[in-house]
Amino acid sequence: MSETILSVAVTAAQIMLAAAMAFALLRMMRGPRAQDRVLGLDTLYVNAMLMLLVFGIRTGSTFYYEAALVIAVLGFVATAALAKFLMRGEVIE
Amino acid sequence: MSHAADLPLWAAVLVAFFLVLGAGLTLIGSYGFFRLKSFYDRIHAPTLGTSWGTAAIVLASMICFSVLQSRFVLHEILIGIFVTVTMPVTLMLLGRAALYRDRAERNPDVPAMDPPKGSLTVSQEEEPSAGQDAAGT
Repeated sequence: MSETILSVAVTAAQIMLAAAMAFALLRMMRGPRAQDRVLGLDTLYVNAMLMLLVFGIRTGSTFYYEAALVIAVLGFVATAALAKFLMRGEVIE
Repeated sequence: MSHAADLPLWAAVLVAFFLVLGAGLTLIGSYGFFRLKSFYDRIHAPTLGTSWGTAAIVLASMICFSVLQSRFVLHEILIGIFVTVTMPVTLMLLGRAALYRDRAERNPDVPAMDPPKGSLTVSQEEEPSAGQDAAGT
């Protein structure tokens, strides 16, 4: 019983997160401004991190947690550097 | 999913609820990000996924592993704290970058850098308009 509930919920969550990633990707490819693309990349990072957490629940292994943490850190650094570049024209002044 | 059979029913229901809640909020946020018209509207939408979307999925993961290993497994909260702390920083940087570009291009849709003289000394009765309010802060 609990296996059925959990497997249905995990599958639904994965489908919804994949759709969210697709929307972020579409906006990143279409985005009229450079800031839209950067924000799309950031949204894609967060959605991918959540997807990895759901994968961790699905497989019952704790190894996905570390990958999700690394993705979160790298996403923040990448977005901060890109936003700084858009604002100042340089990343490190 | 052989480990799922070890979960008691209440934990499975709780984990399923938080998973669907978090993924649904993330989907709504990303759809809004895809759908809204201007960049200043769009910048608000993904925060749905980074606030309760992340919090709910992290909660689901914490409950699942805590029950499975019959001890507190709370390290997932690091992800939640990290995303909650860093997301406003990136969004504020991006918003300021967009505003800087709009002002450099003298786009009439955004408030100007220097508000016109006397626009900040509004009398008590009348409401300041949105443009002046944004320019004053």
